[in-house]
Amino acid sequence: MHYYNDNAISVRNLTKCFGSFTAVDHISFDVAKGEIFGFLGANGAGKTTAMRMLCGLSVPTAGNGQVAGCDIMTRAEAIKHRIGYMSQKFSLYSGLTVEENIRLFSTIYGMTSARIKEASERVFKELGMEDMRGAFVKDIPVGWRQKLAFAVATIHKPEVVFLDEPTGGVDPVTRRKFWELIYKASSDGMTVFVTTHYLDEAEYCNRISIMVDGRISALDSPAALKEKYHATTIDEVFRIVAQDAQRAD
Amino acid sequence: MSIFQSLVRKEALHIIRDTRTMVITLLMPIVLLLLFGFAISTEVNDVRVVAVVDQFTDETRDILQRLRVNEYFTFQGLTTPEDVDALLRSGKTDAALFLRKEEGVLKSQIVVDASNTNTAQTATAYIRGVVNGSSAKSLILTSTLYNQQLKSAYNFVPGILGMIFILICAIMTSVSIVREKETGTMSLLLVSPVKPRTIILGKLVPYFLLSCVILTVMLLMAYTVLGLPVSSSVISVIAVSLLYIILSLSIGLMVSTVVDTQLTALIVSAVMFMLPVIMLSGMIFPVDNMPVVLQWISNIIPARWYIEAMRKLMVQQLAFSYILKDVLILLIMTLVLLAASIVKFRSSTR
Repeated sequence: MHYYNDNAISVRNLTKCFGSFTAVDHISFDVAKGEIFGFLGANGAGKTTAMRMLCGLSVPTAGNGQVAGCDIMTRAEAIKHRIGYMSQKFSLYSGLTVEENIRLFSTIYGMTSARIKEASERVFKELGMEDMRGAFVKDIPVGWRQKLAFAVATIHKPEVVFLDEPTGGVDPVTRRKFWELIYKASSDGMTVFVTTHYLDEAEYCNRISIMVDGRISALDSPAALKEKYHATTIDEVFRIVAQDAQRAD
Repeated sequence: MSIFQSLVRKEALHIIRDTRTMVITLLMPIVLLLLFGFAISTEVNDVRVVAVVDQFTDETRDILQRLRVNEYFTFQGLTTPEDVDALLRSGKTDAALFLRKEEGVLKSQIVVDASNTNTAQTATAYIRGVVNGSSAKSLILTSTLYNQQLKSAYNFVPGILGMIFILICAIMTSVSIVREKETGTMSLLLVSPVKPRTIILGKLVPYFLLSCVILTVMLLMAYTVLGLPVSSSVISVIAVSLLYIILSLSIGLMVSTVVDTQLTALIVSAVMFMLPVIMLSGMIFPVDNMPVVLQWISNIIPARWYIEAMRKLMVQQLAFSYILKDVLILLIMTLVLLAASIVKFRSSTR
């Protein structure tokens, strides 16, 4: 199997079956290093399952691929060191303070105490959260939590960061600010793999793929897709591509 | 700090910061122990007795005198047969003793308020003892072994321990693991380089330590406040309790791998594990008195074997060799549960 070395992610014929149900059906794609890759699809299209396979949480039934230079079949553990993950549900420990969360997750990623100190100072500064470091996460506003979760997911400078609907339940202004963080990470060379339900956000991505019934039905830059489907917005493109979906709920 | 230490610290902070749960888990065992030890007892004290006597002889005087001085009775004096019914009905007395001379022989009759069967039976037995004691016809010497004063607290200490550890280890652990599944922090741990083994241990160790604290408090109380005799069996008591704690932790882990919400975890642990401990383990109701089917079921309840072993050790002061069977069963249950839940946890994460 030949991989393009400048790709952060490349998969070929990745498949996952649960019994007789094929959740992900032979998908193939490449994500270049530093790219912001939007992973779109209706509920039940197989996005989460595909993402879980890329993160090493789920073993593919068939197919192969690499994430951050490691084979997903044989080196799932090595991948875990090189990726960051932020899930759709807000997921930090709400009973711990901001600082405790940062320290916990940086320890888990094997950072030394000197690096942890440096990294947490950087996070507080970048997010402007210096006065919140001792606050319990459950007490800070949702928008801040979301930004904090992103900072925690990228604290160990992963090569690829997976964002599973990171802006769910967040107001438009905060979403804008959140995307500024994503752009910043991308300009630092981090590859961003993001799923979203907000189709206006898809326009911010370098390239997007649209999954329908376990397959990738469209994959290109937002501009190219709009041209191809003679649409003015990604929303329209999505409707055209996903209109034949059988699994929509 | 190592990964393991930071996970344990995280869990410990969660336990400590949840003040309400913390207070309940620390206070409840103490309150239960004191309740069962002092307040709730199956002993019957201060039985109020009246007597009806038709002829005073030395014999009847002797009986009445003994009723007066006996600390289990409050002797309320003599009355007439007509008044006895009214006294019992109005609840002013618990029992009436009739003494009548018929053809030169003293006959006695006990009339007792049996609205509480337990009190009635015990009161009858006491009075019979007082009456029979006078004639000295046949003397039965009863020796109560192991628990001479028949203190009910002795019996309840193992039961309370059996219940508490299920509560802390099985219920609290399963709920806390499932909470991480619900809030999504579990997936954060799983995508991280932390090994599933470390995640599990980081979850179990804090609850293990909490259980050890409670075990210490409970044993100290049992041996001081309740006056349980201290002997060489203490070491066995601790060893068996630690085994039971690990067993309860495995139950919690097992529950957490099969359910998805905190509520189901709570219900499953409470109904499937807590209730049987109270009803079927022999904590309150003796296993031998149960219908055969329930006796079979009680065999698979870990608390049954734990309580049995603890009674032998704490109350009977038997040596470790007498509880080998119980320990062996507990050990097998622990290994099977632990292995099954680790396999299940691993497979659920892949």
